[in-house]
Amino acid sequence: MYQEAERLRSFTRRAIFAGAAQSVLFAGLGARLYHLQIQKSEDYALLAEDNRVNQRLLIPPRGRIYDIAGRPLARNVPTYRIRVIRERTLDLRKTLERLSTLVELRPEELEDVIIRAEARRAFVPIDVREGLTWEEVSRIAIRAPELPGIVVDSSLLRDYPHAEILAHVLGYVGPVNERELEEDNDPLLKIPEFRIGKNGIEKTYEKQLRGRAGLSRVEVNAVGRAIRELDRDDGDPGKDLNLSIDINLQQYCFNRLSGELAAGAVVVDVQTGAVLALASVPTFDPRAFNNGLSHALWNEWRDNPRHPLVNKCIRGQYPPGSTFKMVTALAALEAGVITHTYEAYCPGFMRLGRSRFHCWKQWGHGRISLNQALAQSCDVYFYDIARRVGVDAIAEMANRLGLGHSLDIDVPGERPGLIPTREWKLEAVGEPWQKGETLVAGIGQGFVLATPLQLAIMTARLCNGGKAVKPWFVRPTDIENVGSVNISQSSLRHVLDGMHEVINGRRGTARGARLDIENVEMAGKTGTSQVRRITRSERAQGLHKRKDRPWEERDHALFVCFAPYENPRYAVSVIVEHGESGSKAAAPIAKDIMTRALELDPAGRGSKSAGA
Amino acid sequence: MSIATRIKPMELRLSEKLLGMHWPLVALIVVIGLVGYIVLYSAGGGSHEPWAARHGLRLAFGTLLMLGIALIDVRLLFRHAYTIYGICLSLLIAVEIMGSLSKGAQRWIDLGFFQLQPSELMKIALALALARYFHPSYLDEVKSPSHLLPAILLAAVPAALVLKQPDLGTAVMLLAVAVAMLFLAGVRLWKFALAIAAVGGALPIIWSQLHDYQRERVLTFMEPERDPLGAGYHIIQSKIALGSGGLWGKGLLNGTQAQLSFLPEKQTDFAFTMLAEETGLVGALVVLGLCLSVILLVISVALRSVHQFGRLLAMAIAINFFLYVIINVAMVTGLIPVVGVPLPLISYGGTAMLTTLMGFGLVLCIDVHRYTQIPRFPTGG
Repeated sequence: MYQEAERLRSFTRRAIFAGAAQSVLFAGLGARLYHLQIQKSEDYALLAEDNRVNQRLLIPPRGRIYDIAGRPLARNVPTYRIRVIRERTLDLRKTLERLSTLVELRPEELEDVIIRAEARRAFVPIDVREGLTWEEVSRIAIRAPELPGIVVDSSLLRDYPHAEILAHVLGYVGPVNERELEEDNDPLLKIPEFRIGKNGIEKTYEKQLRGRAGLSRVEVNAVGRAIRELDRDDGDPGKDLNLSIDINLQQYCFNRLSGELAAGAVVVDVQTGAVLALASVPTFDPRAFNNGLSHALWNEWRDNPRHPLVNKCIRGQYPPGSTFKMVTALAALEAGVITHTYEAYCPGFMRLGRSRFHCWKQWGHGRISLNQALAQSCDVYFYDIARRVGVDAIAEMANRLGLGHSLDIDVPGERPGLIPTREWKLEAVGEPWQKGETLVAGIGQGFVLATPLQLAIMTARLCNGGKAVKPWFVRPTDIENVGSVNISQSSLRHVLDGMHEVINGRRGTARGARLDIENVEMAGKTGTSQVRRITRSERAQGLHKRKDRPWEERDHALFVCFAPYENPRYAVSVIVEHGESGSKAAAPIAKDIMTRALELDPAGRGSKSAGA
Repeated sequence: MSIATRIKPMELRLSEKLLGMHWPLVALIVVIGLVGYIVLYSAGGGSHEPWAARHGLRLAFGTLLMLGIALIDVRLLFRHAYTIYGICLSLLIAVEIMGSLSKGAQRWIDLGFFQLQPSELMKIALALALARYFHPSYLDEVKSPSHLLPAILLAAVPAALVLKQPDLGTAVMLLAVAVAMLFLAGVRLWKFALAIAAVGGALPIIWSQLHDYQRERVLTFMEPERDPLGAGYHIIQSKIALGSGGLWGKGLLNGTQAQLSFLPEKQTDFAFTMLAEETGLVGALVVLGLCLSVILLVISVALRSVHQFGRLLAMAIAINFFLYVIINVAMVTGLIPVVGVPLPLISYGGTAMLTTLMGFGLVLCIDVHRYTQIPRFPTGG
């Protein structure tokens, strides 16, 4: 019995000890729970919220772009895309293989997706395929529960209904680059699928077109499927833009130029500076930039001697040649060194010191007036008056007419051209001005460079009564307050008479460019500018007139014009690179474009009474 | 007490047994099972399917089984303790052979109605066998190592088989119950100190015997961020669920972690996490309090039993239940590695609930027969 009592005592002691120990351990669990659920509760609540809620920026629809009559030039079309989120798949490869039974996915594409997915962090969505059909989308949607981690989303793709013919004006959109990310802290730029304006109108008006980002907070479960949307702010869509472009005229210009290897044409409203058409050939497909341009295509475009990426109307700088002669004439008239009745004698050349400066007409024009010198484009006449007025006065007049500086058109990349002065040469070249260079500048050669846009604006300022209009695509607010070029009406009248004679006179250089519209006359000026200097020996052998010169060495053909003569509405400027003859290559194009512009103009079709 | 012992007749009638039943203990056990029903209802997203309804059925069946066991004469259990142990050991060996044939980690025998896990049954059988073994042992005998050796073998053989399955959690629990029973039978404390030292020395050997996934669990436990999307994911998500529950919880059916499936195994091993996310610290402590109450009541049953068999068996059941709860809750709160131990009566799972209720049935049986004497060395069959 003693042993039984001893055993019971021991057991009781130890059982009570065990109960106490268990109670203590339970208290330990309680303390642990207190630590997690009370002391650290806020941290874990945040983590749970992070788990639960996916915040997603919503890209607002980009503003659409319309032409002058409200026809769409840039719009957004829905496109569907499959993406995969690695961390939400059970097995990336198996999921993709299952997907490939539903939509076409080649084995090498599948491998590529896996490589890209493993190169990024697991929660980054990886593009699998774009441009899905609606049928493919619905097939995936039905099988969605078997495809964890596969996400189908729709996005808006920038679409240009007139892609190529407006590429230089509209520009294009593309993926955001590092520099843009640094300059702009809009969170939208961090979304991989966001597209930013890279050039043209798309770039200049990026801020208006972009809109404000929306925000969607979505409750998701552990495999990433959205359970419900908690709240949503749609943001603001981008602002629509209306351009001065007339798409029909633009289309016409483009078609008319497309026979040439490289050319440009600009049509402006002379009263306002509105650019109705601005065409540059060859062109490019702006949609190629949407997902980043391939290197091969980029190199091809960049190295092409015809420069498809360059907007020749605002970035092409050409010696204006004889289209510059109005500037020289006005400089001389306004300076008073000649009157409109002044006559010069042209023997086919002018001698200055030991040099001869040739007229395009080998045997000369004989005695010739200002009016006929413009009409027949006599070089010697302008050598003479340029020498009399001096290069600085010519440069000053050129600047007043919009040459030699940027015109602030609302697309990026405009170049200023070049109007030389004595001071400029000393600074830029480091040599003093030579007298002969004044003569060459007087006929728009030598250092003188202008863009086709500048020449169109120059023509507009000549014919609109001296209003210093500037070019634009989107109507500026202060359009009424343009300044004046400060040229006397009589001087302008004499120069315009000369331009009228170019087309309508018996001996004009562009008689073939007469409009075929009754009661509507056009005035203009041809230009044929040398690309390289003609050597004395070439001239002696007559080589400079040869037709078999390489394309790159042939003269540029230019033409500027306006119409109707009595009540001007449009100015047109045309450049045909290496087109050899302004009258033969450029003038016919300009005539057709002007004809089309007048036909399309509801207000001024052939009527003299129409106002601006 | 000794007078009462003498006066009470040896044979009890059914009405006496029912009257003598420890009803408060029965009530507590059923309440915990009903909490499990609510948790599983929420785990099913507010539906009786697929878990809650079956859990309820098993609870009802298991409760009847528990009461049925309580009515068995304790001497019958005593007499057949080794037989039961032998049957369970055979079943364990049977699954071992089947498992090696099918080359999988098979741990159960499919009985159609539910899957029988011999390792779970073994927890009860081992307790029965050890209680039977130490029933006659006075402290002098317990002192002798040769007397302890059969007891150690009784525990070590099934533990080794279970470890081989491999089921680390159950093996640890079997050994822990055995150690607790040795302690309660009166084995001197210095022997435990010696054993702990020996185990410490054996740890490197055990480590080398562990499966890769078991090692991974241990390593991840040491540093959950090692693999936040793999092995550590469960612990991290469980802690987030617990922590975000706060004091009062997010409300039933509103636990974002559980309802949105961030929490894995929410109906089985992580049921407690789900409960704590949705009902907060308050709900978690209430459940822990219920469990502790059950444990303390069972210990009180052990203390008032007149025979050593009943004392040891009741304590073994208490400790077994305690181990379930402490391991499961320590696991989901990130205190110990994830070893795959469910929370009995609350987690979804047939065998664990049935064996738990069978264990409590034994406790109730001991309590009903608390005045029934069992001789040290019974004669006859």
